[in-house]
Amino acid sequence: MKTEKHDKILLAHGGGGQLSDELIRHTIQPKLKNDILAELGDSANLNLTSNSVCFTTDSYVVKPLFFNGGDIGKLAVCGTVNDLAVAGAKPIALSLALIIETGFKFELLEKILDGISRAAKENDVNIVTGDTKTVEAGAVDKIFINTAGIGERLAGVDLGFDKIAVGDKIIISGTIGDHGMTIISQREGLKFQSQLKSDCAGLAKLTCQLLQNNSGVKFMRDPTRGGLAATLNEISRATGLSIEINEAKIPVNPAVQAVADMLGFDVLNIANEGKFAAVVSPESADNCLNICKNNRLGKQAGIIGEIIETCDVPVVEIKTRIGGRRIVQMPYGSQLPRIC
Amino acid sequence: MLERIYKAQLLCDTACKTLGRQINIMEVCGTHTVSIFRNGIRSTLPKKLKLLSGPGCPVCVTDTGYIDTVLQLAGRDDCLIATYGDMIRVPGKGGSLETKQPSDNIRIVLSSEDALQLARDNPQKTVVFVAVGFETTAPATAVAVKEAAAGAVDNFCILSGHKLVVPAMRALLAEKNHNIDAFLCPGHVSVIIGYGAFAGIVERFGRPCVVAGFEPMQIIEGLAEICRQLAEGIAELKSIYTAVVTEQGNTTAQEIIDECFEPADGYWRGLGRIEKSTLKLKDKFSQFDALKRFDITETPGEDVSGCRCGEVLCGLIEPPECELFGESCTPQAPVGPCMVSSEGACAAWFKYGRKRKRA
Ligand code: SF4
Repeated sequence: MKTEKHDKILLAHGGGGQLSDELIRHTIQPKLKNDILAELGDSANLNLTSNSVCFTTDSYVVKPLFFNGGDIGKLAVCGTVNDLAVAGAKPIALSLALIIETGFKFELLEKILDGISRAAKENDVNIVTGDTKTVEAGAVDKIFINTAGIGERLAGVDLGFDKIAVGDKIIISGTIGDHGMTIISQREGLKFQSQLKSDCAGLAKLTCQLLQNNSGVKFMRDPTRGGLAATLNEISRATGLSIEINEAKIPVNPAVQAVADMLGFDVLNIANEGKFAAVVSPESADNCLNICKNNRLGKQAGIIGEIIETCDVPVVEIKTRIGGRRIVQMPYGSQLPRIC
Repeated sequence: MLERIYKAQLLCDTACKTLGRQINIMEVCGTHTVSIFRNGIRSTLPKKLKLLSGPGCPVCVTDTGYIDTVLQLAGRDDCLIATYGDMIRVPGKGGSLETKQPSDNIRIVLSSEDALQLARDNPQKTVVFVAVGFETTAPATAVAVKEAAAGAVDNFCILSGHKLVVPAMRALLAEKNHNIDAFLCPGHVSVIIGYGAFAGIVERFGRPCVVAGFEPMQIIEGLAEICRQLAEGIAELKSIYTAVVTEQGNTTAQEIIDECFEPADGYWRGLGRIEKSTLKLKDKFSQFDALKRFDITETPGEDVSGCRCGEVLCGLIEPPECELFGESCTPQAPVGPCMVSSEGACAAWFKYGRKRKRA
């Protein structure tokens, strides 16, 4: 019905009138079908079985909107799912808010909605409430998405910085830097961008599996912006303990490493969208690693280092392949590609 | 690999013992600097072997006068500025490209080819390519200029900030109180100019010059080769980057540079004026020279007060010896050029160099 008349978003599509209604009923809702959303009430009604609830929100402004391995829609679902997952929760429901500039093609919107729908299915979450606004062209960069999510904390799970102790092992669930390097190389139009693929994925199934089968997990975080370097520095700062990691043990896709080297980036600082870092007790480390490796998303997981005593100030230190050592700093600002 | 590392360490140790004093080796290239830090190479060397970070980052040595010219051009409505990413944070007297507002006529490009394409895509504007870099990027700039000439892309021009490595090394050695025992010479530049280009340095100044690649093993073995020579009291020219560097280098690339550019005296940030150390477009390409097109005379900028980049570059002090280091000069708010580029000596120190203090 709408497609004959409009192939682009108009200001009226966000105005609350007939066009808004059409957009929601004919474009958005069919893609995200579920009982709660179907009610289209002002609020979603959820029946939760637990009273230990995790709640999170994040906004997504990625450029390009479509990249190898995902799109802004998939990212918006997976990112929020992952925030719940690493808090030790099983994601239940998400909200979805779209801010779209006028002139944005319906065709692209539908592709993004497909990405959202697929990711929601894969992660067993429903989009239960939402909002759409349209703004004048240029007021946003094509489309911005916000999702919020709630999840139920798994019974008996209690994660936190305060649980971390000297001797604990650090596990990364797979190769690092894939998402950030894919985005940057696609944005810069690098020739070998086709060899890179974002790791964008929802981790809740893997983290739930891990937490339900192993009681040694003490802390988890998804190393998104700022990469693994930022996550490890946060852990070190918050606990006052130091961290030692081993470069040779950190899984990195060779194509990602090659692009990072070319642009002068440090893969430790590059964003991930489908990985978590976990701090686990030393006794449980091997078992945790096995659980990860048996999951599609954790095949390349590795134990990369451990928590150590602090001598003076808490630091993250890396042992390099050639036996040297250096400090891994908290990344600052955005990285700039360099020239030679 | 371990065996090779031990062997190299032994050579370094022997040299330190034989000479009985501190040995200073300058890595000329910024990519070496970063690799040395990233791989923690310093922590594997004897204490008496000191690595100096030389003027090898083309962004570091860009003079404030040049930046101010770029800013001046960026202020024109009829220009689009095409620049490499790490140039945008380099401060001139009037700020940097990053802080310039409005900034909608500044585009980050990864190559001169991208800049030329930008010109083709924006025929109503004049695209000024901020052409910096050593002999590694100069051939690509030359190719773009030639293509622009052949394809009549009249709205393309370059502001040449290209610099030459060897004259800078000579200038450093001509300084009275320099501290340099030997050079670890840059792999990328040597691919173009050939390792033979360093022969004059070895002959005239009696300093070992060893060309090495950027892999940590290459660097370690390059340093070991230098130490072997120092211990034996000899100075030789050697390349251990044999897979890619020849004595003559890439003659095609050299010819393209020669066709478009000629050496000229020029300013280096921190080092001042160095004879025949920069590349300027030859007269037959003057239509693509931004200075001529916009009738600008570049004024050499003054160095930023308090910044000791010059001494850092010359190997006279280590970055933390500068009072501004880590205080008013950080990667977020760089004062001097050495803090701007990720391969700049001060940024590399800030990021990787702080030692873990043990009780
Ligand atoms: S720390 Fe900053 S001011 Fe000091 S020498 Fe380095 S770049 Fe210059």
